[in-house]
Amino acid sequence: MGELKLMKGNEVIAEAAIRCGCDGYFGYPITPQSEIMEYLALREPWKETGMVFLQAESEVAAINMIYGGASCGKRVMTTSSSPGMSLMMEGLSYIAGAELPCVIVNIVRGGPGLGTIQPSQADYNQATKGGGHGDYQSIVLAPATVQEMYDFVELSFDLAFKYRIPAIILSDGVIGQMMEKVTLGEFKPRWTAEQIEQMSGSWATTGMKGRKMNVTTSLRLQSEDLEKHNNNLQAKYRTIEKEEVRFDEYMTDDAEYILVAYGSSARICHKTVELAREKGLKVGLLRPITVWPYPTKRLQELAQKAKGMMAVEMSAGQMFIDLKLAVNGKTPVEYYGRMGGMVPSPSEVLGALEKQLIGGANNE
Amino acid sequence: MSNINDIIKPENLVYKKADALSDNIMHYCPGCSHGTVHKLIAETLDELGIQDKTIGVSPVGCGVFAYNYINCDWQQAAHGRAPALATGTKRLMPDHYVFTYQGDGDLASIGTSEIMHAVNRGENITVIFINNGIYGMTGGQMAPTTLVGMETSSSPYGRDISIHGYPIKITEILAQLPGAAYVTRQSVHNATAVRKAKKAVKKAFEVQGKAIGTSIVEIVSTCSSGWKMTPTGANEWMTENMFPNYPLGDIVDKSKPKQEDLEQFPLK
Repeated sequence: MGELKLMKGNEVIAEAAIRCGCDGYFGYPITPQSEIMEYLALREPWKETGMVFLQAESEVAAINMIYGGASCGKRVMTTSSSPGMSLMMEGLSYIAGAELPCVIVNIVRGGPGLGTIQPSQADYNQATKGGGHGDYQSIVLAPATVQEMYDFVELSFDLAFKYRIPAIILSDGVIGQMMEKVTLGEFKPRWTAEQIEQMSGSWATTGMKGRKMNVTTSLRLQSEDLEKHNNNLQAKYRTIEKEEVRFDEYMTDDAEYILVAYGSSARICHKTVELAREKGLKVGLLRPITVWPYPTKRLQELAQKAKGMMAVEMSAGQMFIDLKLAVNGKTPVEYYGRMGGMVPSPSEVLGALEKQLIGGANNE
Repeated sequence: MSNINDIIKPENLVYKKADALSDNIMHYCPGCSHGTVHKLIAETLDELGIQDKTIGVSPVGCGVFAYNYINCDWQQAAHGRAPALATGTKRLMPDHYVFTYQGDGDLASIGTSEIMHAVNRGENITVIFINNGIYGMTGGQMAPTTLVGMETSSSPYGRDISIHGYPIKITEILAQLPGAAYVTRQSVHNATAVRKAKKAVKKAFEVQGKAIGTSIVEIVSTCSSGWKMTPTGANEWMTENMFPNYPLGDIVDKSKPKQEDLEQFPLK
C-alpha cells in the first residue's frame, strides 16, 4: 500500500516524478506552477535517486535540455504554464519530429498573451493539435484530481516511451493549486545504462560503443524522405487513436443530455449532474481523460440516443469543435464556457444546459 | 627502382584519414573551412580514444550535416539551441564527451542566451564555433559578426553601424564568464594554422575530460560562396580583414588552474 497524504497538485507532480524513476527535470519558473520546481529543489532528489534537477535560463532552453536528455533515452520532464508553453513549441516540434519520448506538464492559465495567473483551459488547441509547426501530435492527458496528477506522471512516461512521442499533462491552475488527499506509490528505480541500451539502443544517443552511430534529428531534406516520415508519424497517431483513448462516465446510462468536460470543468459538471438529477433531469457526464486521442467513438455511440450534448470548458469552445466533429450532426451540440480565469459554478452550468439545450429541445 | 608495394606497408604509414571521419562525400563548397574542422574533430576523437563515448550536437546552418561526416552519436538541434541540448545531455551522461558545433548566426545571434548561460553554468562541454561572418546556408545574409562595410545579401550596401550596430566579439564576451575554462580563437587557412587549430580542438576535449568548465574553440573561417570570392581570394581577404577584428590566440586557459582560481571557483 502507498502512503496517504494531503498534498497540492503541483507538489504531487514533482513527487510522482521522483518516485516513478524520472532521470531529469529541467524547467523555468512561471505562475501557477512554480511549486513543482521549488518542491524538487527543496527535496533534492539527486541525493536520493540520482535524478537531475536544473533551473534553465528560459523555457526555450528548458525544452531543449529535454530534447538532449530525451535523445539519450532518459526519462526527462519539464513543466510550465501557458506563456511558457508557447516558448516551448519550437522544441516540442523538433522532439516530435525526432520521435523522442518526454513528459511536459502545462498548468494552464488565462490568455492570450500574459493574460492572467488564474486557471483556464484555453491551451486545448495548442496541446491537442500539435502546437508548434508541422504535422504532429502529442498524447494529452487531462487530470481532474490531485490523485490523477500523481498517476498520470508515470502513465505519461509509459505512453511516451511506448510510442516515442511527447506526452503532455494538460492541467490548470485549479488542480495545480488545490490540496487533496493522494495515495503515493512505491519508489521505482531509475533505469540503468544497460536497461536503456537494451530498450532504446536502436535510436538513443548513448555513445556508439559496439553499434552503429545513432542520430536524433527531425531533418529530412528530401521531400520523398520527409513525406515517408510524415506518413509513418500519421500511422503511429492512428494506432494511438485506436489503442489509447481514455475517458470516464458519470450517470450516462439513462442520460438524455450529456455534458462533455475535462479536467477541473469535469469536476464542476459532476456536481451539475447531481443538481440536475435532483430536479428530475436525466443528465450525465462524459469526461475525456485523454483529450488527444479524443473519445470520438464513445461520443458517437452516446450521440445515437442522447437528446443533446453540451461542451463545458474554460475556453472559447476549443473542445466544442472536437465534440461537434465527433457527433457529426447526430444530436444537437451546445457550448458553455467561461474565460479569462473565471470558473463556472455547477448551477451556472445547469442554467446554461436548461436554457440552451433542454429548453430548446422541449420547444421543438 | 623499388616496387611501390614494398613502400605501402603499415610501418611506413605517416598519415591516414581519421577512423572517426566517414567516407561520405562532403557537401561543402570548395574553399570552405568546415571540412578541415571536421577532420580535426575526427582526429581528436581517434587520438583520445573517445569516439564511443562522444555525443555531438549539430546546428542549423551548413554544419547541420556534420553527422554525415563524423562518426559518433549526434543530436540535431534547432537554431541556436545546441548548448541547451548539450547541457541536458551532459548533466544526464556526465561520463560522456559532449560537444556542440555551431556557426556565428547560430551561436552569436539566435542562440546568445543558450551559449551565455551554458558557459556561465560552466557546463563541461566543448563548443566548436565556426565564425565566417555571414549566414552561409541561407544565402549569405548579414550576421552579427559581419564586418563593418562588408556587403552581404541583406546588407547589399555594406554593414552600416548606424543601422546594424557593430560586429559582436562573442568569444571575448564568453571568455569573461567564470564558467569558461578554455577559450581560444584559431583558423584553418594554411598548414600552420591547421596544426595550431588541431592542438586547440584536442585541448578543448581534454579540458572537458577534466570537468573544469566549458571549452570553446572559435575558428575564424571562410565562406567563399557567401563572400563571392575564390577560395584563395577568401583566404587572403580573411587574413587582411577578419584577423584584425578577430585576433587569433588563446583568450582563457585554466587547464592548469592557479591556486587562487581554485579558491574562487572550486572544481566540481
